[in-house]
Amino acid sequence: MKIARVLVMAFLSTATLAAQVTFERILHSSEEPGNWLTYSGNLQSHRHSLLTQISPANVKNLELQWAFQSLSLEKFEATPLALDGVLYTVQPPNDVVALDGASGRAYWTYSYKPSPLARPCCGRVNRGLAILGDTLFMGTIDGRMVALDAKTGRERWNVAVEAARAEAGYNFTVAPLVVKNTIIAGPAGGDFGVRGFIAGFDPATGKEKWRFYTIPGTGERGNESWAKDSWMHGGGTVWVTGSYDPDLNLTYWGTGNPGPDWNGDNRRGDNLYSDSVVALDPDTGKIKWHFQFTPHDEFDYDSTQVPVLADIEWQGRPRKALLWANRNGFWYVLDRATGEFLSGKPFTKVSWTTGLDAKGRPQNQVTPTAEGLVVYPHLAGGTNWYSPSYSPHTGLFYVSTWQDGHATFTKGPAEYVEGRAFIGTFPTGTTLSINGTQVNRRLPGEGHGAILALDPKTGEKRWEFSMNDITDAGVLTTASDLLFSGGREGVFFALDAKTGALAWKAPVAGIVQAAPMSYAIGRRQYVAIAAGNSLYAYALRQ
Amino acid sequence: MIAAFLAALLAAVGQHVYTNADVENGARLYSASCATCHGPRGDAVRGVALFGGSFRRATTDDEVARIILSGIPGTSMPPNNYSEAEAGMIVAYLRGAARGGVTTTTGDAARGRTIFNGKGRCTTCHSESSRMAPTLSDVGVVRRPLEIEQALLDPSADINYDYRFVRAVTKNGDVITGRLLNQSSFSVQILDAKEQLRSFDRGDLKEFTIKTTSEMPSYRGVLDAQEIADVVTYLVTLRGRR
Repeated sequence: MKIARVLVMAFLSTATLAAQVTFERILHSSEEPGNWLTYSGNLQSHRHSLLTQISPANVKNLELQWAFQSLSLEKFEATPLALDGVLYTVQPPNDVVALDGASGRAYWTYSYKPSPLARPCCGRVNRGLAILGDTLFMGTIDGRMVALDAKTGRERWNVAVEAARAEAGYNFTVAPLVVKNTIIAGPAGGDFGVRGFIAGFDPATGKEKWRFYTIPGTGERGNESWAKDSWMHGGGTVWVTGSYDPDLNLTYWGTGNPGPDWNGDNRRGDNLYSDSVVALDPDTGKIKWHFQFTPHDEFDYDSTQVPVLADIEWQGRPRKALLWANRNGFWYVLDRATGEFLSGKPFTKVSWTTGLDAKGRPQNQVTPTAEGLVVYPHLAGGTNWYSPSYSPHTGLFYVSTWQDGHATFTKGPAEYVEGRAFIGTFPTGTTLSINGTQVNRRLPGEGHGAILALDPKTGEKRWEFSMNDITDAGVLTTASDLLFSGGREGVFFALDAKTGALAWKAPVAGIVQAAPMSYAIGRRQYVAIAAGNSLYAYALRQ
Repeated sequence: MIAAFLAALLAAVGQHVYTNADVENGARLYSASCATCHGPRGDAVRGVALFGGSFRRATTDDEVARIILSGIPGTSMPPNNYSEAEAGMIVAYLRGAARGGVTTTTGDAARGRTIFNGKGRCTTCHSESSRMAPTLSDVGVVRRPLEIEQALLDPSADINYDYRFVRAVTKNGDVITGRLLNQSSFSVQILDAKEQLRSFDRGDLKEFTIKTTSEMPSYRGVLDAQEIADVVTYLVTLRGRR
């Protein structure tokens, strides 16, 4: 009965609403679960679908409906948007395609050739689009913001973002976030010594409305956490989409590593606001509070994770919480109104600190040495940018992790030269690669992937789905208590979200380095995932 | 005089003579930039082996340096803001001048070759047609002398990731040994002792172990110190077909 109601609701919503995506629709996305209107599905970033047609009882009947092969050999990291049966995604690096969600056939393709001077650190990737009205928004790897007509792919505007010069290492890989009448995004480039920022753009013109520098300048609060002028090349960039709480009117973004990555000698201090979550007023870009997960980071533990907003019961009282499994190996529960630290526990082996104090500050941090120091987690972290999921139905937080990952960190020279990697000495001594490969000959103990189900109320792990290989895949849950994910093994799978038991799996021709999403067309629920160089859509056998 | 002539000749064909300082600087630059994607051993990008001594898109040192500076348009290889001299230092490092440098060995390559083919019985496993062991035809490029010496004396200390051996037992009781080619949560792929490619569902195996000891015997006590040095000296001369 409930299944039918949700599907009818989905059907009605797509049939009766105009194609204009108002912010009200994004804000109330739970009322139209057949659409997927923002990167993580809703502004709380739950990556949780209310569609229930596919369930633990019938998931074994899931079968491939179509595959869209991209004309690109870059990593396919984008999550599609879904609107009224149309999927919008990004063929890397920066081509936008509109696909029929039922057949995978393309309606249109927008081709964008980024400047050859672009130099993203870790692949010419893009994680997706934003939509508002009938306009799609994308950041490009050469430092531009682009707006397209969602019906035709025609360019509406294409602006160079001020100071985000491609040749200096600035590049947009993040899917923008729409908050009210503002498109929010920021550039990556923290491994090139850029100065990170988050900016709000006018959807009609691309004009910048505000900018928040994640590295405070001279005279600004936090600048004193940088030695001398080291803040100028401090990094702290954003490359994973933030979240929004309408009641608090705050948007939350995770920031990346300070530069240079593996040698902090010339940037003594906490290096605010690197490796932090910042809570900003989306109307002005002003900071309300911050919480720094890894002060003075020397291990590249970016805090560029998706901020998950959950209303939970905390010690017997309702609390507006922020759930965060961090690259540094701890998983945190914060109060999202104030940034107050509520809890933080390791979810993987951690050796860079002996633990967190009562305010969440790490104690006895180690530092890379001239001889090399083995540190857990690996430089790619206990988790990374992979989308987690929160299911209000189970009350659990789900996240893809790397277990037992470690690397040898050596302190070496790092000199800033514009456009050149500003990192120090790249860590060694590990068989884990931050680049995807489909070959795994590792021993047990050399690192593997696992999906964890964590209980925000207690901080405890409910279950673990252990993989043989590591994973860069995000997680989707559904209101029917299914969990979808993948990994480097070239398999897309479903787990029972209550128990972690494997419920279904399908081979996909490549590594899953994206996060799944779900949509409906008419009465039919689909689950889509990018894997290898293709986008796949699954639905129940008819 | 001969060295100068050789240097001029090499420069004319786009090859260069490098100093140890070039190589050391190149190593530093490599580690601070290239290793982000290519990894510390130059093999982290699919289909690219930077320390293999040859390149798909370049032959001469100048061509390699050009790619370092300009990137490869349309691919993930970005342009890099180096001077030409710095790009040359990275090339020096990639060319393995340091890695294959024979200056630290004290043996005799000709004697080493005789031992390799005779008393050491190394060719039993290591030959051009080897499937169960590295061919060693470019070991002088990809391994330092010290690493080669360690492999001879203590082969289990650092087993090559590509030459790990497994023991699997099926539910029927069949025992399979061989070289691990790949594994996942659901299946394993092996080159078995009969050099057959085999794939097994994990559910069909009741035992699966990756060995942590090398298949190669230690030569400690088998060859004396001078003979070990001779073999190492011979092996560092093996630099592929380049």
